[in-house]
Amino acid sequence: MATYLTKRVLLIVPTLLGVAAVVFVIMRVIPGDVALLILGGDSAGQIDKAQLAAMHRQLGLDQPMLQQFGTWLWGVLRFDFGTSLWTGRPVVEELIGRLPLSLELAVLATIVSVLLAIPFGVLAAARQDTWVDYLIRVISIGGLAIPSFWVGILIILLLVICFGWGPPLEYTAPWVNPWANFQQMVWPVVTVGYRYAAVTTRMTRSTLLEVMRDDYIRTAWAKGLAERTVVIRHALKNAMLPVITLVGTEFAFLIGGLVVTETVFTLNGVGRFVVDAVAHRDYPVVQALVFLIALTFVVVNLLIDLTYAWFDPRIRYR
Amino acid sequence: MSIQFPLEQTAVAVREETRLSFGEEVLKFARTKPLGAGGALIILAMIFVAIFAKTLAPYDPYWGDYAAQFVRPGAEHWFGTDEFGRDILSRIMYGARIALFVGFVASFAGCTLGALLGVISAYAGGKVDLLLERLMDILLAFPLLILALAIASILGPAVHNVVIAIAIPIIPRAARVVRAAALSVKENPYVEAASSLGASWHRVILQHILPNVMAPYMIMLTAQLGSAILTEAALSYLGLGAAEPTPSWGLMLSGSASSYAEKAPWIALFPGIAISLGVFGFNLFGDSLRDILDPKLRRKG
Repeated sequence: MATYLTKRVLLIVPTLLGVAAVVFVIMRVIPGDVALLILGGDSAGQIDKAQLAAMHRQLGLDQPMLQQFGTWLWGVLRFDFGTSLWTGRPVVEELIGRLPLSLELAVLATIVSVLLAIPFGVLAAARQDTWVDYLIRVISIGGLAIPSFWVGILIILLLVICFGWGPPLEYTAPWVNPWANFQQMVWPVVTVGYRYAAVTTRMTRSTLLEVMRDDYIRTAWAKGLAERTVVIRHALKNAMLPVITLVGTEFAFLIGGLVVTETVFTLNGVGRFVVDAVAHRDYPVVQALVFLIALTFVVVNLLIDLTYAWFDPRIRYR
Repeated sequence: MSIQFPLEQTAVAVREETRLSFGEEVLKFARTKPLGAGGALIILAMIFVAIFAKTLAPYDPYWGDYAAQFVRPGAEHWFGTDEFGRDILSRIMYGARIALFVGFVASFAGCTLGALLGVISAYAGGKVDLLLERLMDILLAFPLLILALAIASILGPAVHNVVIAIAIPIIPRAARVVRAAALSVKENPYVEAASSLGASWHRVILQHILPNVMAPYMIMLTAQLGSAILTEAALSYLGLGAAEPTPSWGLMLSGSASSYAEKAPWIALFPGIAISLGVFGFNLFGDSLRDILDPKLRRKG
């Protein structure tokens, strides 16, 4: 396990360097000069040349590309992502203020989705090709088809029309006021969780169906075990591995879901931060956030691989 | 699942299988995969509406009639009108053009480029393979919507930029799937035979490998179609897709749609149904296609 772990951890270093390089290159091909943007002028050219050169120097844009990349990377290593062009505050400071909301949303949505997905996935597989199966499949394929921002809009429409409710603007932490926090988070969690659950339900169903064809399941049936025991004790245990992986890889969905859901519900989280930064062309923020999201994604995938290896010894000895 | 058929009988069955005409093939698909056939119907309807939008649409999708703002759905305007007095049904019909255009072009471009890279990677092996694989790993480290968002933010809001922004994240996903398939195809004796007969590398790739990775390619293509349409809607909703007054479904839901919740909920209702129905159709069809084309599932029967 130790060698496997070291190997896997070392392997993500070149990936992360590549990710950093890609982010850096993407942000540098932005048409238009960032310095011009900061000085408030557009391409009309009403800006003093000396002032512009000073701004270039201040941002380090006059240095060679490779050196700029090095400087940025060094900053990343020290958790220094520069300053937001829009608010003038350090990116890290802005981020820390928004992280609790997004984390809460992500964790709750994952829990909700798993709690929904596993029972329904098992039910669909155990009753394959009956109306129960068809209904669950249609609802879960629907969950993949319905854009989560539209689910959010519909929920808001219903709440506004039926209860005259408007989404609260300020985030209340659960330890400050649990009830206010619940009211604020329940609908976004449902919105993100439904889509996530749809993916996981389908995966649970198909892996369980695959496992149910195995010989040892036939043996379990032949022994005369109850259906409940065969499905839950014997089959589900072995079907869970791919599902665990999926919950991790679909983390990407979750982040995409956060971006749109926070926008719909006007929640001031990390996802909204990305959208705002993109809209304001706040390039240090976009650069930092895209990099951090990719970093999270890589680390989550690593953790999933390690869990997988932990559960399945065949993998770590390969 | 191994039922032994007498040899002649199997041969007859195989011959009959290959003799199916296109029409019979379609009927067989509809019978064995009712959900997939339903999906195909939705797709065909969507294509029909997109092609004949000009004749079918009751109003000009761009023309705002300020005397007819927020008209309720009724005989005049089936789906009502928006805050500019534009007919929502007409805008949805024209929106099908954008959704299909972006969906088809982006997933075709992304999957084809990815498939080519995947096949090259698998065939060349060695350093080329290692390099391409690492590059794809790096691109895969970005969640699809985030990468599309970053690319769209650089290129600016326009329909052709959205196509590029959606196609790029598809490339590594297609490359990975097709590479895996090509690796196993490469091991077949007929590929070795072709190589030892002196066939050039591009002949081997074009004649022997590519035709045999068409199944995963097609699966990928249909799977990405629905997700491309969904990503387009999300980008437009976030203001990074098509710009006003283009009738894009995502754009129709953005901004004003939820602020007129009490006054005109239909503005937010119908475009969402259109997106969901379209993507639903592509997903249903893609699912059934995968069941048919995936040899792993087919063998299990």
